[in-house]
Amino acid sequence: MIETLIFSLLTGIFVGISAGYLGSLMVLEKMSLVGDALSHVALPGLALGILFNFPSFLGAFAFLFASAVAIWYLGRVTKLPYETIVGAVFTLALAIGVIMIPQAELLEALFGDITTVTIVDTVAAIIVSVVALSLTRMIYKKLVLGMISEELAISKGIDVSKINLLYLLLVSLVVAVGIKIVGTLLVGFLVIVPAAAAKNISSDLSRYAVLSASFGVVSACSGIIISNYVNVATGPLVVLSGIVVFVITVVAKQMAK
Amino acid sequence: MENNDDYVLKVSNLSVKLQNQTILDNVNFKLKRGTSLAIVGPNAAGKTMLFKALLNLIPHTGKIEWAEKVKIGYVPQNIAVDDIPISVKDFLSFKNDANIESSLSPVRLGNKKMGDKTLGILSGGQLRRVLIAWALADNPNVLLFDEPTTGVDHDSEEPIFATLEELKKKHNITILLITHDVHIVREYSDYLLALNRCVTFFGESKEIMTPSVQKIIYGETVCAGTPDEKT
Repeated sequence: MIETLIFSLLTGIFVGISAGYLGSLMVLEKMSLVGDALSHVALPGLALGILFNFPSFLGAFAFLFASAVAIWYLGRVTKLPYETIVGAVFTLALAIGVIMIPQAELLEALFGDITTVTIVDTVAAIIVSVVALSLTRMIYKKLVLGMISEELAISKGIDVSKINLLYLLLVSLVVAVGIKIVGTLLVGFLVIVPAAAAKNISSDLSRYAVLSASFGVVSACSGIIISNYVNVATGPLVVLSGIVVFVITVVAKQMAK
Repeated sequence: MENNDDYVLKVSNLSVKLQNQTILDNVNFKLKRGTSLAIVGPNAAGKTMLFKALLNLIPHTGKIEWAEKVKIGYVPQNIAVDDIPISVKDFLSFKNDANIESSLSPVRLGNKKMGDKTLGILSGGQLRRVLIAWALADNPNVLLFDEPTTGVDHDSEEPIFATLEELKKKHNITILLITHDVHIVREYSDYLLALNRCVTFFGESKEIMTPSVQKIIYGETVCAGTPDEKT
């Protein structure tokens, strides 16, 4: 029991930090819905993992990876906003996933179940988070400059298109491990709400990024700890904890005016 | 005698076609080191595209020859900062070797607190100055400036151009600027390039006040200004 809680918390800490940190860019790029919708694309991958008995993380990541590449490529070719492209494919993926996935596992896939976390899941979450955090840190400023002005970024020798692809792939990785905690329906929350809360009370980039990662950890860990005591599914509690943080930042912002 | 080394930029037969539309057609001009060139023309004349071609940001044909060791600073027309929690310090630090205070002092923003301000809350004039500081942070010898007074109130325009003029004289910087303002062309540029997909006029800026040049640029003579402008 204690072992599961420790694994859960470790997973929550690392996924919370990485989802919050990567999500801070997604919110700036006005791609919040991309993060949310992208997570649903993982469902058919989870189903394949369950049906063919291989780690569902791998199936989820394979689908997320393929979708991220397809979204990036279509965005580049059609110049349509990412949100439009994702919107066009994610409901299809959700529908296929729900059809494919066995009824018994559907709830876990949709809402996650941290109580089934193993040491393998935890180690995977730690490795993925460290890799995603390190690489995102390296391209963070470049991505922000690309958001401010693509021309400025290109004139400074930054390949905006390539770093966008790398970023989408890193988001896919983090979403794939985050699914274990909150499920495919709610994992988008982890990349959106901590960042939105941080944005409410930030005036510079480093504070914004640090607060976003911190709020990610606070949301994930509070949800896991409360769930351990009240015997309610973790995913919704993570969401509720995050919303409490968000509301506090809204109040703080209003008071600071 | 004219020396080839005097020129910082030579553009020959430059054409840009995007989605089967001709944006720039056979543009030719040369620009001397340490001078300033104002680029004027109606909307969709290809002014910004000319900058993008000069920066090699878009596909083009023809020849663009920059002098050796040229270092270009670019200030775009628009940047999206309203919704991004980014301070002046953050922004300038994107240029690897930017020293915040020494970057801001040439543009008369040497105030210590300026670095901590969020870009989105700056006035149009302050933001333009920060952009100039950004462009100057790695000591360029050429500055491309797209619509310097976009979003800037009239009172803030003059100090911006005075700053540019000062930088040009002090550091021998070559300046290319896109503008719609006849006064700016006359007061703050040495040469004038009128563009309407092709070059319709290239010569000294003071000629913008002559009726024949105005007719080329605007299609008709601009109403006479104050008496001293006629002299």
